[in-house]
Amino acid sequence: MSEEMRVDVTREGDTVVVAPVGEVDLSRSPRLRSVLREAQASRPKRVVIDLSEVEYMDSSGVATLVEAFQVARRNGSKMVLCGLMDRVKSIFEIARLDTIFTITANREAALRS
Amino acid sequence: MNRPSPSPYTSAPDLHLRLVSDPNYLSGTRELVAGVAKRLGFGEEACGHIALAVDEALCNIIRHGYDKRRDGPIWVSLWPSADGNGSAGITVVIEDEAKQIDPGAIKGRNLDDIRPGGLGVHIIKEVMDEVRYEKRDKVGMRLTLIKHRAAVPAGKGGGA
Repeated sequence: MSEEMRVDVTREGDTVVVAPVGEVDLSRSPRLRSVLREAQASRPKRVVIDLSEVEYMDSSGVATLVEAFQVARRNGSKMVLCGLMDRVKSIFEIARLDTIFTITANREAALRS
Repeated sequence: MNRPSPSPYTSAPDLHLRLVSDPNYLSGTRELVAGVAKRLGFGEEACGHIALAVDEALCNIIRHGYDKRRDGPIWVSLWPSADGNGSAGITVVIEDEAKQIDPGAIKGRNLDDIRPGGLGVHIIKEVMDEVRYEKRDKVGMRLTLIKHRAAVPAGKGGGA
């Protein structure tokens, strides 16, 4: 069995912050998907996904975030990504999804957005 | 167990790795490929892209080729390449015994269609210089990935 990825979840008022830690690839993205589903079940006004501790992401991670984005849109919540390392930002650019998501430099900016 | 079919390349690969179609081996394979690419003179971004392409290719084999079965064999072979003009590169061949599909049917999805999934082939084609899918002789597919390295001026080490 694979070691389970750590995903920190904190609530700040109407906002839920989800912060995965480590590499988000095909072996880890199902865990992120289930944490996001649970976090979005209460229909928070804003979902912040803090990626500042994610060193690597492949298309399975990106697909997980696209799915969460669609759920947020259906729920009428705002979804913001923050703290992307350059190599993670690069996959959003390659997939041409960098303009679809709201991306901020850090968590503080995401919480103010 | 069937061996990988003869490679289209005349020489044996410098590196040859057999793994099973278990996502737990993605991370180690990425690190291995990125480490070798670095020693061959690729810059950090290019190393990341080569490892990403290999990761995406393996993910597609695991998910679609083997339908998430975790025991299907996959072979990753690697050759450094040089064209004699100061430019060099890397060739990675990935073979499997998964179901065969028509190479012409393997396409990246339309990026205007915002939905999860289907991004892997697009990413592979975006980050590698040459991408070729073929059916192996009897069973499985072969994917050839080539990345060229920019020419290095005479007297300079392979860097950047």
